[in-house]
Amino acid sequence: MTWLNRVRNAIPFVAKRETSEQLWHKCKGCGEMVFLKEYEDNQHVCPSCDHHGRIRPAQRFEALFDKGSWTTLPTPLVREDPLKFRDTKRYVDRLKQARQATGESDALINAMGEIAEQKAVIGVQDFAFMGGSMGLGVGEAFILGTKAAIENNCPYIIFTASGGARMQEGILSLMQMPKMTVGVQRLKDAGLPYIVVLTDPTSGGVMASYALLGDLHLAEPGATLAFTGRRVIENTIREKLPDDFQTSEYLLDHGMIDMIVHRHALRDKLSTVMGYLMAGRTANRAA
Amino acid sequence: MTSYLEFEKPIAELESRIADLRETANGEINIDAEVAKLQDKVDRQIRAVYGKLTPWQKTMVARHPERPHFKHYVAGLFDEFVPLAGDRAFGDDQAILGGFARKGDTRLMVIGHEKGDDTQSRLKHNFGMGKPEGYRKAIRLMDLADRFGLPVVTLIDTAGAFPGIQAEERGQAEAIARSTEHCLALGVPLVAMVLGEGGSGGAVALAAADRVLMMEHAVYSVISPEGCASILWRTGDKADEAAAAMRITASDLKSLGVVDQVIEEPLGGAHRDHAGTIANIGEALFSSLGALDGIAPADLRTRRQDKYLRIGVV
Ligand SMILES: [Zn+2]
Repeated sequence: MTWLNRVRNAIPFVAKRETSEQLWHKCKGCGEMVFLKEYEDNQHVCPSCDHHGRIRPAQRFEALFDKGSWTTLPTPLVREDPLKFRDTKRYVDRLKQARQATGESDALINAMGEIAEQKAVIGVQDFAFMGGSMGLGVGEAFILGTKAAIENNCPYIIFTASGGARMQEGILSLMQMPKMTVGVQRLKDAGLPYIVVLTDPTSGGVMASYALLGDLHLAEPGATLAFTGRRVIENTIREKLPDDFQTSEYLLDHGMIDMIVHRHALRDKLSTVMGYLMAGRTANRAA
Repeated sequence: MTSYLEFEKPIAELESRIADLRETANGEINIDAEVAKLQDKVDRQIRAVYGKLTPWQKTMVARHPERPHFKHYVAGLFDEFVPLAGDRAFGDDQAILGGFARKGDTRLMVIGHEKGDDTQSRLKHNFGMGKPEGYRKAIRLMDLADRFGLPVVTLIDTAGAFPGIQAEERGQAEAIARSTEHCLALGVPLVAMVLGEGGSGGAVALAAADRVLMMEHAVYSVISPEGCASILWRTGDKADEAAAAMRITASDLKSLGVVDQVIEEPLGGAHRDHAGTIANIGEALFSSLGALDGIAPADLRTRRQDKYLRIGVV
């Protein structure tokens, strides 16, 4: 039995939603209470203000791929806790806790399937797993995702959501920036599209590497997308920053992304742009 | 005037006693024997202190204001330097400098961070914190080197990329990402030297190299010890603990496979002997370039990429 199954078996059946907290979701955008079932059915988008809440990989896959067409790819083996790191807590304990809470092995999950009958590999970063932070597990999963795309002659689509590098892996987390960049280069060498969908929040070393090396950059509305965090900049320049600073809308304004796409429209938009990016390839193959 | 670090207090005391002695003697009394005795004590003290620097103390040494900087290395390593400027889009960043350099018959492209070494030049060079136009200038120079077959040498010494509103506005993250991508795409040799501080993305953007050399007392990390401490320990006071936990020293990085060679510093650190420091790294640099000479561009690129793909794989 793999550790993942052990963890899964250890998770008790979800308790019946009895309290009001479990029945209702308080929207972070407008503060309104939304019936949880309605919020989930709406892909974590607030029905009254359109605020896009955080969403887990499985729900993404379900919403994007054709029904029943997708399977998750195996998660890679990497060096576990290479620095034997401990701050106020041991890193191995933080990992254990994150795995129990999410049922995932690390913060990036890949799946392969079809989007409107076009094959694609999608990687989704899970902010619920240690803030989606980038360490060896994320880096290697990204590489496996790009390899699967190359083997299957299809695009790789990454959904970013991350606070940045995983500090508990020190310099090795920083080294994921060049490592994942190589993954992007191999896709490009193979003539395959690399599409980035920036979601809330994405920052730090993730922004400064694979998140901004896409052939196309899409973003969900209202996402916080930053290199240096807002507070750090405010402390440096001792000025209050404008409200829209480092949002999807700000990045669109500054030429850093191609388009902002509502979560409900993502599947259609991805299928449209994939059609263009794969058109030459399909034509060449047919000839 | 020499600036001493806090843990160098015993050294400072001894050295000031020598200075006092010299002043009192005023060239009229023979104090050679006395000075020699004290100097011997100084050397032993330096050896003791520098023989067991903690990672946090090394961070202080790596940031020492009198450590040699880009301009000292370039002047000491090469016979000629032809500075090149501008990103052709916005401006010329003074925190990241570059240009052609020649040593004997070896011609190459040199790119690196300059911190400056007095108030005026520190401001001019923005304390070595690059802006997007700096990384875009680096990209331009790497492209140039690639097209004309010049090896690239990078000098890494930065606390990190500049965290400012305009830098963010002009795409700091994208500039760093592209610079890293260009390092990895080069068909010419790339040797990176981590000389002082290797600060996160702002460093790796110039350091994704075939060979990475690192000075004995330099540090290279994903975040500053203060930053790590304030996030994980919730107080900047734990910087010494964070520095130790993150494994940021040259010997740590060598054992983690991130750095290929550690360059010994003169007794008491690079700031005590610029010429000796530059001679040490010069030898390693030119032998690294020699070892990479003649490898076909496609092979060089594949080997460099494979090296980064291997990191963290079981
Ligand atoms: Zn709402």
